[in-house]
Amino acid sequence: MPEWFVLIGVLVIVVGFLLKLDVIAVVIVAALATTLAAGKSFLEFLDLLGKSFVDNRAVSLFLLTLPMIALSERYGLKEQAIALISRLRALTPGRFLTIYTVIRQLTGIFGIRISGMVQFVRPIVHPMTSAAAQSRGSRSESDTETVKAESALSENIGNFFGQNGFVAASGVLLIVGTLTEAGYEVTPELVAAASLPMIVIAAIVAAVHFWRLDRRLTQDTTDASESAVSGRE
Amino acid sequence: MSDLGPGLLEATFVLIGILLATSGIRAFLDHSNPRRVTTSAFWLLLAVIFAFGAVLPDRVAGIIVLVIGLLSLARGVKTGTFDEGTPEDRTAHARRLGNRIFAPALSLAVIAVLISTWAPFGDQSGSIAIGIASVLALVIAWALTRAPAPAVVAQSDRMLQQVGPIGMLPQFLAMLGVVFTSAGVGEVVANAIAKIVPEGNQLAGVIAYCAGMALFTIIVGNTFAAFTVITTGIGIPFVIALGGNPVIVGAVAMTTGFCGTLVTPMAANFNALPVGLLEMKNNYGVIKAQAPLAAVLFVIQVVLMYVWAF
Repeated sequence: MPEWFVLIGVLVIVVGFLLKLDVIAVVIVAALATTLAAGKSFLEFLDLLGKSFVDNRAVSLFLLTLPMIALSERYGLKEQAIALISRLRALTPGRFLTIYTVIRQLTGIFGIRISGMVQFVRPIVHPMTSAAAQSRGSRSESDTETVKAESALSENIGNFFGQNGFVAASGVLLIVGTLTEAGYEVTPELVAAASLPMIVIAAIVAAVHFWRLDRRLTQDTTDASESAVSGRE
Repeated sequence: MSDLGPGLLEATFVLIGILLATSGIRAFLDHSNPRRVTTSAFWLLLAVIFAFGAVLPDRVAGIIVLVIGLLSLARGVKTGTFDEGTPEDRTAHARRLGNRIFAPALSLAVIAVLISTWAPFGDQSGSIAIGIASVLALVIAWALTRAPAPAVVAQSDRMLQQVGPIGMLPQFLAMLGVVFTSAGVGEVVANAIAKIVPEGNQLAGVIAYCAGMALFTIIVGNTFAAFTVITTGIGIPFVIALGGNPVIVGAVAMTTGFCGTLVTPMAANFNALPVGLLEMKNNYGVIKAQAPLAAVLFVIQVVLMYVWAF
């Protein structure tokens, strides 16, 4: 077999994920296809599968953090967070979303796993941003759509550029596992520390983005009221 | 104390095994779960891998992993109903505890960092620190909430099952990374990339790695999968082998992949879910808003990796 045959595993991953097949099964099939393409037997595949999965148990260490998070959640973690966020009522939409982004980054840094879209964006972030925008006169359909998209954006940026600041984040542990297996000395706390600069930079980039959002929304409102005025004349 | 390292790390895995086994047993007894037998088998088999990994023959572990994959493929892992408390009940607790409810989560991060900085257990300190910190933080949460013991168990079980099989994906991908390396996938990809990217050029390597992370994430919708493939194929031969600091390169590469997540319809949880939840008109509205930001962050990360890692 030509050596590029081992790329079949990459192909399996691409096709499997594109077709939205069961991801765990796709990964195992990719491993099987790659091993067979490299000229090894099925038994050798089983040995390799077992050894490499056991060797990488540390990647799932975050499972141990779940009981504490679960208990905190059951005793009002989310409700208290919502109570804190609702105190931010008097802000502009952009400033509110900047603060939410930073709060979401902090939850990531402290390893609090939440499905933010369902638990925060829909019940609290979008309603509060929307109220802030409307009280400043942004009511057009395109503004409404913008406010929705920006609420989701704030959650995604805060989530993506926050989680790796936590030493037991699965992303951090995957980086450590992959590079350690490749023979490099890498530890979770070093990777988490190396993720901090991007967390700060992302917060700044988001703040600038939301500052421009405020200006855009105000611009729209001014245009709208001007045309309303000219309409009356 | 560094002699304790390997033993303590194994003890941490046994603890995870107990956590998984608890869910396995509870799932079996939960008649509200439509697939309670296969769900139970999934978690119990994982528990065996974690608790007895050190003593299991590789081939037996391999067979167990294969069966776990089949159970997942057969959609055999479901959830029943859990005690999540009523919103009123949770709000009442939130009023009573106030901001103290954040203390366990904060202490987890602080304790983990303190122990791993102190590093009393040698090379494994970072991983062991996470284990010890998790246990201590749980004790703090328990003392704070004064939850009855069965509630602690029930809540752990709830969260583990709600995270579900997808939570195991990073470990499966790390496993795939090892398989790729042993089959020489990295070299094949590297040889192909070497035809486009000038060898020995650090900047070209960084750009290729970052672009690879973002593009592969756009295609498969999952940065973790991209990290496994692209790091073996491009990251190691074209960036780390040229002297790039592996810690910095790895950390920045992962978040560069997230720039791909921000613009791909394949990442449904992040980009399509809010369209539904917020009743948006444009299916790609979230992606459209995120694209310029993703581009800016991408460029910043290419520069950061190049300047900081070398």
